[in-house]
Amino acid sequence: MPKVKVPRKSTTVDMTAMCDVAFLLLTFFMLTSNFVAKEPIVVAIPSSVAEIKIPERDIATVLIDKDGKVFFGLDTQQDRKELLNNLGKSWGIEPAFTEKELTEFSKISMSGVPIEKMRAFLAMKPEARDSKDAALGIPTDSLNNQFKNWMKIARKINPKLRLAIKADQQTPYKVVKGVMTTLQDINENRYNLITSLKQVSTK
Amino acid sequence: MAEMQVADKGKKGGKPAPKKLSTRVDLTPMVDLGFLLITFFMLTTSMLKPQTMEISVPSKDKVLEDEQNKVKASQAITILMGKEDKLYYYFGTQENGVDPEVIKTNYSSEGIRKMLFQKNFDVNKAVAELKKDQKKMSEVDYKNKLTELRSVKTAPVIMIKAADDANYKNLVDILDEMNINNIARYAIVDITPYDLGLMEKIDPAK
Repeated sequence: MPKVKVPRKSTTVDMTAMCDVAFLLLTFFMLTSNFVAKEPIVVAIPSSVAEIKIPERDIATVLIDKDGKVFFGLDTQQDRKELLNNLGKSWGIEPAFTEKELTEFSKISMSGVPIEKMRAFLAMKPEARDSKDAALGIPTDSLNNQFKNWMKIARKINPKLRLAIKADQQTPYKVVKGVMTTLQDINENRYNLITSLKQVSTK
Repeated sequence: MAEMQVADKGKKGGKPAPKKLSTRVDLTPMVDLGFLLITFFMLTTSMLKPQTMEISVPSKDKVLEDEQNKVKASQAITILMGKEDKLYYYFGTQENGVDPEVIKTNYSSEGIRKMLFQKNFDVNKAVAELKKDQKKMSEVDYKNKLTELRSVKTAPVIMIKAADDANYKNLVDILDEMNINNIARYAIVDITPYDLGLMEKIDPAK
């Protein structure tokens, strides 16, 4: 009697399908992603019911942390380069910022360093820039209001610029008021406050 | 294809069949890599774009002060924000040396929202009705109608005054309430010593 041959089946699972799925998802995430811009400090933004999305281009972000330090970021490298170049000129920094320093600055998405300390900051290693001590903030007090200059120059570089204020929940109102007053001084009368979405029931 | 059929050899001959070597590639490491990258992208991306709240402030001319004086006392509501999430409001202004009654409230939906909702009841009702018909009209029409409804002359005018030691969240919360309650006319105004005094009176610091 001939034996019934049971075909030997491999116990390994075919990974091809799994692999396909993995890479499909990978492609999806790569295409839909926009990277989180690195911010010098972490802020917890308040939530609101506002549903207006923030535009992708032509946006200047003013970041305020809970100690009242102010940071400023533009969205394109070219703009950032020009910003520092003009800042240096208007502040009479001698010698003027070199091309290398400008390029270095353009790589930082958001910065908050008093202009007189900018050179030293740019000379630092990228890792050292992230440290707490390096996050000084742009001076906003009335005697030395460098933030005003930053904003003015940014506006000159890109007239279409829209302003977004991103502040920590615990920021004292005094600081926010200071920034708002500065903006008002230079006729920046429309801006956005960045918030996260909150669900609210209205009766 | 990762899997290929291996041709059967040496079945006919008497030689012992050579060990079948599969040409199949083990894809497990590849899958591992794939998922690793997915994890990386998932963690580094911000899928949700943050929302924004648009505000426009009047330019720094003297228009503002005239505007304030024009607000009818009967329509004016002043909201005072103090430290540690304290919140007060009063209607109207000081009249003939009599201070308005300051009422203490909070940021919950039962507090300030209820008051604002009732004060702006007519507008809220109209907006709610408009929302029912939202699907029938175009986006632009809807927005125009909404603006029109909100800017009724009889609607209350809110003065938002925050003390220096209030925090940013308080401000956003109040601005948010303006949106929720369809209040179109409000202004962020600097706090005066008079208002600070009113706050002090109702809630003396220990």
